[in-house]
Amino acid sequence: MRPSDDTLAGYNFAYLDEQTKRMIRRAILKAVAIPGYQVPFAGREMPLPYGWGTGGIQVTASIIGPDDTLKVIDQGADDTTNAVSIRRFFATVADVATTEKTTEATVIQTRHRIPEKPLTEDQILVYQVPIPEPLRWMEARETETRKMHALEDYGVMHVKLYEDIAHLGRIATSYDYPVKVNGRYVMAPSPIPKFDNPKMDRMPALQLFGAGREKRIYAVPPYTRVDSLDFEDHPFEVQTWDHACALCGSTESYLDEVVIDDQGGRMYVCSDTDFCGDRQAAQAQEAAE
Amino acid sequence: MPFDQNTATPGDERPLLRVAGLARHYGDRIGCTDVSFDLWPGEVLGIVGESGSGKTTLLNTLSARLDPTAGRIEYQTRDGEVVDVYGLSEPRRRMLVRTEWGIVHQNPRDGLRMAVSAGANIGERLMALGARHYGGIRDQAIDWMGRVEIKEERVDDLPRTFSGGMQQRLQIARNLVTGPRLMFMDEPTGGLDVSVQARLLDLLRTLVGEMGLSVILVTHDLAVARLLAHRLMVMKDGRVVEHGLTDQVLDDPHHPYTQLLVSSVLQV
Repeated sequence: MRPSDDTLAGYNFAYLDEQTKRMIRRAILKAVAIPGYQVPFAGREMPLPYGWGTGGIQVTASIIGPDDTLKVIDQGADDTTNAVSIRRFFATVADVATTEKTTEATVIQTRHRIPEKPLTEDQILVYQVPIPEPLRWMEARETETRKMHALEDYGVMHVKLYEDIAHLGRIATSYDYPVKVNGRYVMAPSPIPKFDNPKMDRMPALQLFGAGREKRIYAVPPYTRVDSLDFEDHPFEVQTWDHACALCGSTESYLDEVVIDDQGGRMYVCSDTDFCGDRQAAQAQEAAE
Repeated sequence: MPFDQNTATPGDERPLLRVAGLARHYGDRIGCTDVSFDLWPGEVLGIVGESGSGKTTLLNTLSARLDPTAGRIEYQTRDGEVVDVYGLSEPRRRMLVRTEWGIVHQNPRDGLRMAVSAGANIGERLMALGARHYGGIRDQAIDWMGRVEIKEERVDDLPRTFSGGMQQRLQIARNLVTGPRLMFMDEPTGGLDVSVQARLLDLLRTLVGEMGLSVILVTHDLAVARLLAHRLMVMKDGRVVEHGLTDQVLDDPHHPYTQLLVSSVLQV
């Protein structure tokens, strides 16, 4: 791609040089070909610290084009520090259109949520991943975890769930809940709440995962089966709330608990700000009519 | 090796494990070399010798954890198929080890997951084989805790809160839960005081008898060998210097080293 005149002087389009993008695209192609498999890639230093989305930002930089519209969310919100700075970064180095509307975006980079509105085939969801290895907590050796993936030796994943039930009476893992992709690889879905796990299953959009510190990329192609691990007598369940969203009244979305004073007062609001805003706008319009 | 039991067995029965010319070298150094023997179903084979004689190297090589430099190990599976252990693909070898074998380490820390509960330790093999019913797994774990004399109420406790003897019994339960046919034990009573040793040996003898297990047992303790093993192999400098029936080897040792070993035991 030719260096664009519109972007920041001295920088290639979307910050990364073309060789690097090709390398990352090759890793992405491999990841898509083997759903759930962690592909190592030569992660670059990015102008933000590890843990702030260096993996996601490299994936986004490699797939984004001048015609794309980018949305970035952090815990569902478009207006938090991480989301704002990454959105501005791409507006500066790639000169792409940005949006806060889920439906208008072609590329959505996310930290820890999947938007409430169902995604379509024309969209790509890019996850920021801190720890890509779901077996890490049970087996510290990377050589061993790779072998376990290769041999489909996943007994220890259920040991972790067993421990939850034995000590707490239920599976208490509430985020980064392990899934099996396409009936083969066990995968960490990044720290999304398990509320979002069912959305990954047979999602029409392509899902890409980038881990910058660990230098791994993995993917779930569109319409791929994603099963959350569970026991027959303790099936997978998502979180539920006794409240509706205090702003839009939704009972179907993932709610954040917000402490509003020092008397213990709290309110529950949608974590997906775009979803909540749209509902409020629609309600206001209805009220006006 | 002159030792051969083949003539003594009736019918078309085959040995469970057949080892021929097994060697493991560390560069120029010999770990163990030229080891051949047959192990029959229900038989307990003791390997004795001083430390550094190659016992543990041999055990690790036999139990598919250390590639041999030379030689071959044939194992007859539950379905009657005879397989070359190191000729199998790695997934099949792991499956074999997980379903038909058990390994009891000298140090329970090597054989247990210290950070997960006793129940999960016992259940791990079941889950690895596809058990997905929490209640069922837990019932089996509790059943096995009873059989190795650990109180049921400890099922959710971490092994690190257990005594040394309990950890060793837990390790045994964790291995036996999938009903293996062959157990490898490396100094199972090492580091335990004598009364606990005696209880553990009792338990092992009972379980071996009940389940018809075959066992390969490494120990430097001749008393343990005498109590558990039907046959003995004496090792020195990586070679088998003598083997035969346990009583025969201990009561009438032929090789000078065996004589030294037997006479070195303190008489109480």
